[in-house]
Amino acid sequence: MDRIPILKMGDFLLVSIQVDMHDRLALTLQDDLTSQIVRHRARGVLIDISALEMVDSFIGRMLGTIASMALLLDAETVVVGMQPSVAITLVELGLSLRGIRTALDVEKGMATLQAALLKREDAIDAAS
Amino acid sequence: MTPKSNNQLAEILASKDQEITAHWLELQAKSTGRRSAAEQQETIRDSRDFMDALKGAVAKGQLDDIGTPAWAPMRELLNGLSARRAKGGYSPTETASFVFSLKEPIFAAIHKETGKNPDVFMNALWQTTTLIDSLGLLTMDAYQRTREEVINRQQQELMELSTPVVRLWDNILALPLIGTLDSSRTQVVMQNLLEAIVQTRSDFAIIDITGVPVVDTLVAQHLLKTVAAARLMGADCLISGIRPQIAQTIIHLGVDLSEVTTKATLADAFAAALKRGGNSVTRNGKASDSRANDSREK
Repeated sequence: MDRIPILKMGDFLLVSIQVDMHDRLALTLQDDLTSQIVRHRARGVLIDISALEMVDSFIGRMLGTIASMALLLDAETVVVGMQPSVAITLVELGLSLRGIRTALDVEKGMATLQAALLKREDAIDAAS
Repeated sequence: MTPKSNNQLAEILASKDQEITAHWLELQAKSTGRRSAAEQQETIRDSRDFMDALKGAVAKGQLDDIGTPAWAPMRELLNGLSARRAKGGYSPTETASFVFSLKEPIFAAIHKETGKNPDVFMNALWQTTTLIDSLGLLTMDAYQRTREEVINRQQQELMELSTPVVRLWDNILALPLIGTLDSSRTQVVMQNLLEAIVQTRSDFAIIDITGVPVVDTLVAQHLLKTVAAARLMGADCLISGIRPQIAQTIIHLGVDLSEVTTKATLADAFAAALKRGGNSVTRNGKASDSRANDSREK
């Protein structure tokens, strides 16, 4: 069975979705990603969906759940490179994914993640 | 409809062809006097083609249904003719009367041939009139269709023209909206904006609604959707150019725009976008000096 590769890069995990997502693949990704976050103690997850041309409500929701799960494991999630048609579809489906961070490309996504982590550390510093 | 009367019309058309055509052309020349010589030439050619097609189709029979294959050349001819006339600026009346004016010459010919026998005369007359009517309707259908195509194309062009995406700065786009927003236009706007965001890799997009006369719940909904879609792609969307009345309307309608950054003017939104992108704008003495020089030179 095919899997979506998860790459480790420093404190971050990189997921690039290059194939059409189907439901089983999405569930496998969820499993893999959560266990990888725990194993590598990742602080951030970057999901690149620039090659994804079609989404349905299931995949849309899955992106949201992955972000929530990652947050539970203390990792920030950013989704990058969403195509216009995909964005329109998600909005039409009523899935605005408010809890999720987004960026235009991987580079900007990385910057977003780093900024988010810095902010979090600052918050912790301020609290202590 | 007896086959006999069928042949009657075919016979009349075959034998009196020249006479009918001449009479017809004469009638047409009278009714469309204002046309140019080239257009009259075209009408004459069209009329000859039409007569030929009519003769061919009538000879094959089946006068009561012009949907049959025997009428295919005629249908093609009429479709082409009405399309050409619709584009050429002929009025619907002029287009329709091209076909309908054929009644008089044919009736005259029928009368001459069969006038002595009222039954046959009546029958042939009725058949001809139904036939010409259905051909005329076909012409009008085609005319209308062409006109609608023209209107649709113009609508499309207008839509594309009226939604430009402007690049204001590195990473900052502006979309000045002018005119009423409806669902189909918003669709184009949304698509254009999102594609421009991808192309220019912009972090900020400013939607300026100064030129939108009315904002109702539907328009607000569309704006919110566009903002949400841009956010999903990783760009920040600001809405600017909200006039006092529009602000009042939005609040009275109970539309929640609190999740969107809104500014009163495009300048404010631009300043906000610059600031968020880590840029700052400061005034220095030079710029104002040069402007003072400019005004002195004038």
